[in-house]
Amino acid sequence: MTLFDLETVRQDFFSLFGLPRQQGIDADRLDALYREIQARVHPDKHAHLSDSDKRMAMQWATHVNEAYETLKDPLKRARYLLHLAGHDVRLETNTAMPTAFLVAQMELRESVVEAKDAGDVDALDTLLRRLKNEVKAEFDNLRVALDEGNLEHAGALVRQLMFQEKLLNEIDDALACLEG
Amino acid sequence: MALLQLSEPGESAAPHEHRLAVGIDLGTTNSLVATVRSGMSVVLHDDQGRPLLPSIVRYAADGAREVGYGAQVHQSLDPRNTIVSVKRFMGRGLKDIAHIETLPYDFIEGEGMVKLKTAQGVKSPVEVSADILRALRERAEASLGGQLTGAVITVPAYFDDAQRQATKDAARLAGLNVLRLLNEPTAAAIAYGLDNGAEGVYAVYDLGGGTFDISILRLSKGVFQVLSTGGDSALGGDDFDHRIFCWVSEQAKLSPLSHHDARLLQMRAREAKEFLTLNAEAPITAKLSTGEFVDLKLTTEIFKDITKTLVQKTLGPTRKALRDAGLSPDEIKGVVMVGGATRMPQIQQAVGEYFGQEPLNNLDPDKVVALGAATQANLLAGNRAAGDDWLLLDVIPLSLGIEIMGGLVEKIIPRNSTIPIARAQEFTTFKDGQVAMALQVVQGERELVSDCRSLAHFELRGIPPMVAGAARIRVTFQVDADGLLSVTAREQTTGHEARVEVKPSYGLSDDEITLMLKDGYNHASDDAFRRALREAQVEAQRLVEAVQSALKEDADLLSTLERAHVDSCLAKLQTVLIGDDRRAIDNAMDALSKATAEFAARRMNQSVQRALAGKKMEEMENL
Repeated sequence: MTLFDLETVRQDFFSLFGLPRQQGIDADRLDALYREIQARVHPDKHAHLSDSDKRMAMQWATHVNEAYETLKDPLKRARYLLHLAGHDVRLETNTAMPTAFLVAQMELRESVVEAKDAGDVDALDTLLRRLKNEVKAEFDNLRVALDEGNLEHAGALVRQLMFQEKLLNEIDDALACLEG
Repeated sequence: MALLQLSEPGESAAPHEHRLAVGIDLGTTNSLVATVRSGMSVVLHDDQGRPLLPSIVRYAADGAREVGYGAQVHQSLDPRNTIVSVKRFMGRGLKDIAHIETLPYDFIEGEGMVKLKTAQGVKSPVEVSADILRALRERAEASLGGQLTGAVITVPAYFDDAQRQATKDAARLAGLNVLRLLNEPTAAAIAYGLDNGAEGVYAVYDLGGGTFDISILRLSKGVFQVLSTGGDSALGGDDFDHRIFCWVSEQAKLSPLSHHDARLLQMRAREAKEFLTLNAEAPITAKLSTGEFVDLKLTTEIFKDITKTLVQKTLGPTRKALRDAGLSPDEIKGVVMVGGATRMPQIQQAVGEYFGQEPLNNLDPDKVVALGAATQANLLAGNRAAGDDWLLLDVIPLSLGIEIMGGLVEKIIPRNSTIPIARAQEFTTFKDGQVAMALQVVQGERELVSDCRSLAHFELRGIPPMVAGAARIRVTFQVDADGLLSVTAREQTTGHEARVEVKPSYGLSDDEITLMLKDGYNHASDDAFRRALREAQVEAQRLVEAVQSALKEDADLLSTLERAHVDSCLAKLQTVLIGDDRRAIDNAMDALSKATAEFAARRMNQSVQRALAGKKMEEMENL
């Protein structure tokens, strides 16, 4: 049996879960495997053992959590795939985006600010749902781009999605603020 | 997984020896201790058959120290020296404490945490909590007839790092080996889930005496996975009492109250609140030291009206927790109610309306947390029995971040991340030849440092002098399974390990704990010595058993040479552990741990490999 050590696994989260290295993922399988592996490595399963076992368990559990977080989230998963493929997304330096996209986003942002200032929870909820739907469609495009190996396009979509994700978080914060 | 009957790393404890472990619910109003007896979680009673221990400590002028009911009878006669609801002060500064003007104590601003001046000197909330925990430890040891291996202490899920650290310090001060800090709603979910064989997504609504938590969990095949948690660590039943107290003062047009009278009315307010659980109106009568007489009737309607905003305050975090979990109220299979304050009808009604279903009340809301904690303690101590193969995956309740330029916060670990978790961040110098830099770690959701809680100032020193921006300092933030943070740093370009000076804004250093423990044992140093020796022996015996059983299962993972080394370290430890040289035991344990580190790594790899193999076999079977 080949053993994989932490270092090897650290290089590829997909192989940790025995999943193919691609954007489309069997979420139920990931969930099940995550729980199965945690059930073996979690510190609670080693609490009464030696210090070296406990330390090891903590490192493993931490690593498995990181791998799971990365693969579970489609945007993180895509960024990770691009990283594995050696493609730099250039988040800081490449801020160019299609004009139509930017205009739509700015309009959306204005609506969010308006709804927030008016204390309109329902309007924020509607905007949240609308944006989520848009994001969902973008993710489908992203999956196709990654499957086809169109890394440049995938990188551009990732940048757009990060932009949208930030707006999603802002709506979320606005809702929390109004509810709090 | 029934197909592969593997022996798991966690199951290697010797089956015959039952280790004494307890779960402790250190509550704002009452505390409890529970244990697992013949496979059943039970609350341990005091010598008069009472399950609860009021979380009240009195430091009397004559030097007497009373905990629980003994202290409770003095709360209005000696309010300054009788500390109630101390949990509200844990890890908190003066400015954090609500209604401080109505509290009868002499507060002193301590370093990061308030302190209280009593007839027996200045006490920190940690020491007061330690006195409560010590009383529970003594109760448990008397009841179980032996020294405890360890304890699981529960904390509100929404407790931040400072409050958690303070709780852990208190437990250590009380002479307890802390197996785990466990979130209260999670403890309740364990008790509920295991009792009812529940599967699906559940919410736990936990309104205690001084804290509110809401946790959303997925229960699936023996795994309790917390999806999100939210709450308010300064909202609880006490606040409902306070609203009644204010209403009484207003209605009776009372002149400013003495501490004695204030405490008396607070007690009456609590009684009225409890009375209204089963009655439509509650009489409130009291004779004050001024000669004034209070005689009022509080109806359910008035009570509901004056506490409406408090009830609403619990729904905000509830919505947020659901949103964080990506769920809507109708996706929740059941709502488990925890904490004495959930007995209030208006709470039951509000929760029922929000989730669109009757809340689950088939557990004793006062005991369920302690019972769940006992189950977890039993497991962590290594008393694993058949059917005990469950696992808990909890989250960090509040984001961790660091201060960046301009007082802004950069989030390093977002809230609701599953723990344990680690994140690394790189920093650089901004001046030529800079050899040190200071970092501030904060916890909270706001964008400004001033709106978050400062956890610690870290000073990175020993950075090799370079031009500005050339140094690359990698700082790693690790949150362990207790939800506690630790930080390490390394300069990347030279590989130089920068010294991290941790200056927590709160908490006690190991030296302080040792000193306080020594003080506590000042007339019984022999006792302390024997206890420490016994602890080392128990620890050593456990290690011996763990290694022996690992060798029995996986000896093939070691070469002959490696095996010989492990065997010799093992033999050495077995020899010294029957003696009374504690240092020799510690050294031999260290040596054996080091000798088996690589072995442990290989065993873990093999175990993970088997998880994947098991999954594949399962799938092939399902074809």
